[in-house]
Amino acid sequence: MGRLLGSGLLALAVAFPSGAMAQGNIKVGVLLPLSGNAASAGQQSKAGVELAVEIVNGKHPGIEGMPATGLPNLNGGRLEPVFADHQGNPSTGQSQALRLIQQDKVAALLGAYQSSVTFAATAVAERYGIPWVVGDSVAANITGRGFRFVFRVTPVARDFAYSYVDFLRDLKDHGMAVRTLAIVYENTDYGTSIADALRTAIREAGLQLTADISYSANTTDVSSQVLQLKDRKPDAVVFVSYTADTILYMKTMKQLDYRPKVVIGDDSGFSDPAFIKNVGAIAQGAMNRSAWDIGKPGSVTAKINDLFKAKTGFDLDDTSARNMQAMFALADAINRAGSASADAIQAALAATDLQADQLMMGYRGVKFDATGQNTLAATYLIQLQGDRYVAVWPARSATAGLQLPYKGWQ
Amino acid sequence: MTILQIIAGGLLLGAVYALFSAGLTLIWGMMNVINFAHGEFVMIGMYVAYLVVTYLHGGPLVFGPAAAVVLSLLGVSVYFGLIRHVMRGPMIAQILGTFGLALLLRYLAFWLFGANFKTLPDDLIPGTLNIGGILIGMPQLAAGAVALVLTIGMHLMLTRTAIGSQLLAVSEDREAAMLMGIRPDRMLALAWALSAAGAGIAGAMIATFYYIVPTVGESLALTAFVVVAFGGFGSVPGALIAGLLIGVIQSLSAYVFGPVLKDVVVYALFVGVLWVRPQGLLGKIA
Repeated sequence: MGRLLGSGLLALAVAFPSGAMAQGNIKVGVLLPLSGNAASAGQQSKAGVELAVEIVNGKHPGIEGMPATGLPNLNGGRLEPVFADHQGNPSTGQSQALRLIQQDKVAALLGAYQSSVTFAATAVAERYGIPWVVGDSVAANITGRGFRFVFRVTPVARDFAYSYVDFLRDLKDHGMAVRTLAIVYENTDYGTSIADALRTAIREAGLQLTADISYSANTTDVSSQVLQLKDRKPDAVVFVSYTADTILYMKTMKQLDYRPKVVIGDDSGFSDPAFIKNVGAIAQGAMNRSAWDIGKPGSVTAKINDLFKAKTGFDLDDTSARNMQAMFALADAINRAGSASADAIQAALAATDLQADQLMMGYRGVKFDATGQNTLAATYLIQLQGDRYVAVWPARSATAGLQLPYKGWQ
Repeated sequence: MTILQIIAGGLLLGAVYALFSAGLTLIWGMMNVINFAHGEFVMIGMYVAYLVVTYLHGGPLVFGPAAAVVLSLLGVSVYFGLIRHVMRGPMIAQILGTFGLALLLRYLAFWLFGANFKTLPDDLIPGTLNIGGILIGMPQLAAGAVALVLTIGMHLMLTRTAIGSQLLAVSEDREAAMLMGIRPDRMLALAWALSAAGAGIAGAMIATFYYIVPTVGESLALTAFVVVAFGGFGSVPGALIAGLLIGVIQSLSAYVFGPVLKDVVVYALFVGVLWVRPQGLLGKIA
């Protein structure tokens, strides 16, 4: 009987060399804040991940050089993203992860923007042995818990903190000495982990931390924070904030006429397209980090950006781009695994070795250490000039000159 | 100097809290209904302002009244379409009814306007007032002034006019009011119109210095409930005083103890006041 069935299958396979007997579609669960305070960033990232899947599935033949395009090892199988909304809430993130694993039977997971959610929900994936690729959550504690199934593509707090401090020291060459700093950070895992890393980097660089302000990102009023900054007069202020609070900070700084010499925004809120659209005109010269740069016209990154713009009406931002990159890294591993088996995908992820020219981001590559952290992640610093960010630091990858001091609304 | 700046900011914030809380307390006082969709009314007021500015290029003198009109119509339809029916059900139906309405309005806004943050142009109400070093943004000042005038106006209307007496009559004894020739349905619909219009104007004014997003009502509504309970359920002057107090306490404690602790201070004080005066500052004991 078994032989009969086996030969029947074989006959079928011969009759339909591709397609019908193909590997079924492989589902990838994507957890993002599609509603709630960070919904706008979540929706942009969703569009980015959708675009990455389209490229991987071979819908955009014009994009060349991304790994696993066409998924050659899957016999015609395609990736199928399943999106879930965790509303920025860690416990919702956990229950959504569980739902994706148990009901949707996803082969791998991706997400989840807020570090606090990623931290909680990755634990569920680890328990069920489903690989999770973290695209953009940077809290240090997400890796290093002895997890086997959690991999992080993005650079982390430590990488950013040293970049900021190095940049501030480089400002001496621009005739601007920066000695005092303030950190203003939202008080969940994301903000506190960047602040922790920054404190260490600031101390090691011999700079002085004059204000250390934590606040809740759901706040309705930020004037007391701005007044504190105004009193302490730091040379540079680093904001670690989400979108809503970033908009309030920029508006309140203008209202209270406060302009430090240097304003650095740590990605999230400053990278949301809503930032430039709503307060870009009063935040001129704000610095931000980005591993994403649109690049020259005709380049792969510029083409990807064109597709994203056609889809959403916005230029691709760093957050969405990092999530796209995570999807490409995951697709590469799934393709090499050649199956929907979680263990095979985990092994393929652990063996990932992508070169810089296979990436859409400015990382030096993707290669995970034993904790699952990408050891080749890196970032550049960009500055808001007019209505877009331009790469200004380090000098070797700059596409425009640095303009300081911070202009704000002037 | 910084302290004066903080108090000024807190008072302006508090005046706006008072405006959107006044409508909430009015509905409670009239018919013992907590309107959980009140924050969403504020949110819709903000979007009305956004639409008027974007498509009709109107200023505050256009979008303020526009928000009042749109929201009072919404308030009346909510009364006739939902509240009148759930009033016949148990208390829990009323609570869940307005809660459901809140979610409906919030997700309708997601569908219509998307999740992206919007703001009104920066120069709609331009300028910053500098009073001896204390900086007060004109949008905040305008919002605070409108809030103060409207809240006091609402109080005077309730206490000094025939309509106000009829409203209070319905809330005190519906049967007796009917015998006096007052039609309770009309009065309650009017209360909903006033309450929603207040929320709409508050939203439109806040929109001049705040961001607009479908979930914005959530965080604002929480403050409104505290203001109403603090000031005394059903008391418009109570909402005014409580709004101003909470605005100042929030700003001061954020500066002195740090932003993370500001809500701890506000809610601790809130619980403390309710412990001594469960009916709130100006509320009557039921």
